[in-house]
Amino acid sequence: MLAIVREPIDPRALEAAVRTESCGGVVTFLGVVRERSDDGRAVTGLAYEAYDAMALAEFEAIADEARERYGDVRLGIVHRVGELAIGDVAVVVCAASAHRAAAFDACEYAIDALKARAAIWKKEHYADGTAEWRAHCPH
Amino acid sequence: MAATNTIRVRAFAGLRELLGDDVIDVRLEGAARVADLIEALRTKYAQTSPVLEVTRCARNGRIVSMHDELRDGDEVALLPPVGGG
Repeated sequence: MLAIVREPIDPRALEAAVRTESCGGVVTFLGVVRERSDDGRAVTGLAYEAYDAMALAEFEAIADEARERYGDVRLGIVHRVGELAIGDVAVVVCAASAHRAAAFDACEYAIDALKARAAIWKKEHYADGTAEWRAHCPH
Repeated sequence: MAATNTIRVRAFAGLRELLGDDVIDVRLEGAARVADLIEALRTKYAQTSPVLEVTRCARNGRIVSMHDELRDGDEVALLPPVGGG
């Protein structure tokens, strides 16, 4: 399942959609809204925006690449957009495979690639009333 | 008389805010490339210039270069540096 949604994400539902009886390892990553920005400012919430069609095409490309690299891996990616509060789940990546190594590798590959490439943008709202669009940093 | 190409521009994130709208139509006279569209935007919306420096463009959903040609009715999405996740 690859999706951009406007409602809260249910990670368990994504796992259920991704895994099959041949999967012995399931790795799920949750990207969660933090209370502090990378430069230490107090964050009160985030707004995410996506170009849905291009973001979904990128999710598909990432899933294809993960299969080329790590073999028979099943991947689910769901990103939420709109206004999110501290603690809300912004993105869920679920990778399932026969064995855990491929699932861990594919999950990490997918979230790293998503952050660097997918047509999704994040605006941080700060406690001092200001707000800023923030681009990807590699960590 | 040279043909006029009307390009539908979709802007996202900070660029959308600077343009003041998420969709605008830009008319370009004669044969036009992506670079001509960007130059027209810079001229009309000077405040977008710094962000346009680091913006990628997609024509009808596919990333294009500044040299690619545009046709009447194309939709060009302006994609500032992404930050999902």
